[in-house]
Amino acid sequence: MNYVMPGVSFPNLFWITFPETILEVVSLVVLVVDLGFLRKRSLAFRMTAAGALGIIGCLNAIGWLAAHSAPMALGDALVSGPIVVAAQVGILALTVLVLLLSLREEFSRNPGEFVAIVLLATTGMMLVTAARDLLVIFVALELLSLSLYVLAAFAKNRAESAESALKYYLFGGTSAALMLFGFSYLYGLTGTTSLLGIASALATGVASPLLIVALVMVAAGLGFKVAAFPFHLWAPDTYQGAPAPVAALIASGSKVASFAVLVAVTSALVTTRTSAGGASWVVLLLWMAGASIVLGNLAALVQTSVRRLLAYSAIAHAGYMLLGIAAHTVQSGTAVLYYALTYAVTTVGAFGVIAIVERGVGSATLDSFAGLSRRNPLLAGAMLVFLLSLAGIPPLIGFWAKFNLFSAVLRAQTAGAWGLGMVALALGASAVSLYYYLQVLKRVYVVKPVSDEPLAVSPIELGTLLFIALAVVGMGILPGLLGQWIPLG
Amino acid sequence: MLAYTIYLSFAGALALAVLPRAGSQFARVFALLVAIAGLAVGLAGFISAGTGGAVAVADLAWIPGMGIHYTLAADGISRVLVLLTGLAAVAGILFSWTVSERTNEFFAFFLALIGGVYGVFLSVDLFLLFVFYEIAIVPKYFLIAIWGSTRREYGAMKLALYSFAGSAMVLIGLLAAYATAGAHTMDLHTLAAYPFPVSFQMWAFPLVFVGFAILAGMWPFHTWAPTGHVAAPTAASMLLAGVVMKLGAYGCLRVAMTLFPHGLDPWGFSLLGIGSWRTVFALFAVIGIVYGAAVALVQNDFKFVIGYSSVSHMGLVLLGLLTLTQIGIDGAVLQMFSHGVLAGLLFAVVGRIVYERTHTRDLNALSKLQLGRAMPFAAAVFVIAGMASMGLPGFSGFVAEIQVLIGAWYAFPWFAVVAGVGIVVGVAYTWRALQRVFFSDLPAVGPGGEDVPVPRYDPITWPEIAGVLLLAGSSLLIGVYPRLLLDVITPAVQALPHLLLTGGRP
Repeated sequence: MNYVMPGVSFPNLFWITFPETILEVVSLVVLVVDLGFLRKRSLAFRMTAAGALGIIGCLNAIGWLAAHSAPMALGDALVSGPIVVAAQVGILALTVLVLLLSLREEFSRNPGEFVAIVLLATTGMMLVTAARDLLVIFVALELLSLSLYVLAAFAKNRAESAESALKYYLFGGTSAALMLFGFSYLYGLTGTTSLLGIASALATGVASPLLIVALVMVAAGLGFKVAAFPFHLWAPDTYQGAPAPVAALIASGSKVASFAVLVAVTSALVTTRTSAGGASWVVLLLWMAGASIVLGNLAALVQTSVRRLLAYSAIAHAGYMLLGIAAHTVQSGTAVLYYALTYAVTTVGAFGVIAIVERGVGSATLDSFAGLSRRNPLLAGAMLVFLLSLAGIPPLIGFWAKFNLFSAVLRAQTAGAWGLGMVALALGASAVSLYYYLQVLKRVYVVKPVSDEPLAVSPIELGTLLFIALAVVGMGILPGLLGQWIPLG
Repeated sequence: MLAYTIYLSFAGALALAVLPRAGSQFARVFALLVAIAGLAVGLAGFISAGTGGAVAVADLAWIPGMGIHYTLAADGISRVLVLLTGLAAVAGILFSWTVSERTNEFFAFFLALIGGVYGVFLSVDLFLLFVFYEIAIVPKYFLIAIWGSTRREYGAMKLALYSFAGSAMVLIGLLAAYATAGAHTMDLHTLAAYPFPVSFQMWAFPLVFVGFAILAGMWPFHTWAPTGHVAAPTAASMLLAGVVMKLGAYGCLRVAMTLFPHGLDPWGFSLLGIGSWRTVFALFAVIGIVYGAAVALVQNDFKFVIGYSSVSHMGLVLLGLLTLTQIGIDGAVLQMFSHGVLAGLLFAVVGRIVYERTHTRDLNALSKLQLGRAMPFAAAVFVIAGMASMGLPGFSGFVAEIQVLIGAWYAFPWFAVVAGVGIVVGVAYTWRALQRVFFSDLPAVGPGGEDVPVPRYDPITWPEIAGVLLLAGSSLLIGVYPRLLLDVITPAVQALPHLLLTGGRP
């Protein structure tokens, strides 16, 4: 078959994937430097060196993206533009934060491999964000997922780490298979793999049973990535067992990328009111959203491990964001991205605090946080900011994200019949969520500590966490700062 | 200028949170100075504005993309409530002079709460109002959970969840109004001028009204109030009853009723004689008045008596608002001020002056301590505060309650009668507490018939005297010369949307 996509050429490909290329190259450099030159050095030094290289790579990619945010495209397969660039920069920044927080981690004896795979995962996230073709989406998602499976298992001396990776992998493999199956049906129905082509092929007509099957399969695959009910079962175990920086990466960058692709896929499947299967897709999303909101918030109420608590709260947050996706307007899509990014930053911060407490106390149960405010007031203050932002208390960034998202949903003509009801459910549920966030903060501020010994934190970790906390407060007081890249309202 | 009440409080809170633990005395004096500065600014703003209309305070574009402005302004109602907040803040700090555990943090949370309250009273942009409203929730939780007493964690969590559930309801209403108007603005006056469909107002009004009324302690959503008040440390009880419950009532008037006045219209049918949301909520308010008073009558915990009395008095505020008459709303605002001052004073007597010396709040135990002789100062203060709170002429409570009752008489004659009964029960529970705690007839003899000397307690300290003078003096001043406030409140009430002044006879 002699099939050439218009607008596809090697220079073009090189140009549009240059930041990804930077990351790929750096990941190889990290491996060479670590395994080639630093084998005799101490583990801490190797981790620092590898992490620093990775961070430099990410910053370079950010610099390149910041200078090249003009819209461009590689045929129908990859696109770039202000919104995509904003998401990619966000993903890179999240990776930088995760790397900064893992510099002092001691779970791995292979720092080079760790950083290299983190960079590969980031490459996957960035590609997913830009992809507009089913095959590219699938390949990029697999790159992301496979990297994350490996990362989850990285703490080889801990059985929970292996368990979490195995669960993640089994669920992930199944859902990837389902998604590929769904993609193949979509291809069979429309004769194209590009989202644009699918959009125009499905623009009118009635939903055939085959299309419904395809949609359900795709929903399963993407629902797994965003940890939405009923594809959420892996989340609590993985969040609990994986090394803290990896859990942070799964909860942050991976979420941003997955929501970005979900927005893109939705805009292909629901282009007009008459789209075949559009209504079914929205109904699917709404069911997933409603169930995730209810289940996530209720299950989080009874958790005793802060990691599992965050996992269930992540399911609830995924539910809120699915509402924005189901509304499928341009504003609501942007609002979802804003929400995903700000949520991700906050979650990275929370996992950073968890990692430090875990190292100092030995576990991440609620009671391990007892008296944190007296053992380390700054750390406690950071945790206060993160959790209140997740609960949506103004003037923190989480509140703006919620407000922006829900007002976009309410304004969407496309959400007429269900908008108000679902937003009411989400806001009611977020009132419930305050309970479990306060459960943690109660330990931090109210309960007396078992020992008054100060909790040791390395300056770099403390600096990173305080930076994130200041960002959460600062962007909350001046939401316009982030609004320059991702328009609000 | 009034905006500095907010900035001063938050800056003070921040300073106390990050300053090294320089010793309790420093934190106390610092917090007191900040609160006095806030009060001074509030007072200066009150005096300089005179009886004029709304004073613009600040207006900046905050998030242009969403049409959200940082708009602060103060009409007469706001200025009165800002003044009340200043008084309550200063008095609260004076009565927390003995807090010695984690003092910095205590006053940091305290000032943060005060800053949020000032912000709510001054906000004109509804979004901003909501932001300040939520900022006030979190410090309340920590103040009660860390420094509280009886079942403090339960009380604190209950309070936080009730508040947050209420604010979620408010947010739904605000978001719906924002989306429906489609005007890309959250400015109160612009939105209030938008003709929302009556059918929309019919569901949005009760949602937002109840959302705010939860914090105002409206029956049957009042149950957080007594437990929260009892669990809270003295200063937090004073603030809760004194100003935080006013946030709720203020929101009911300023947001729910102003935005959705048609929500008060008759439904067009009536069920058991109830034909509108207005009647429903007025009924709730009246039930609150009588129920709160009746429950206060049988409490054995001194603080629960005052806690339930707050529910009763806040019922009067809500009833006054729902009369939709000039005099009723005037009275409601005045009652907010009056109850704010008097509830603060009562909680100060119970929580600080008596409890910290006797370490019991049980009426039976207190009745054996001959406090009337052992603590004449406390007894005198409680007599004054109790009389003022039951509506004795000469104090602010009387002026406020009589206006609410007159307004209610125009609008709902039967409710006025029942509310009057509630006020009489108010006399009874105050009298009962007074008699049991201070003037018990129990003989001063021990179990064996021997004479028991009058117990000796720590002497009354200057902060307590200063706090009492401040609060009791304000109540007396307003009671003797209510025009000081009424001249400011009345023009502001007249400037409310016309529909809010059409209840009862003109």
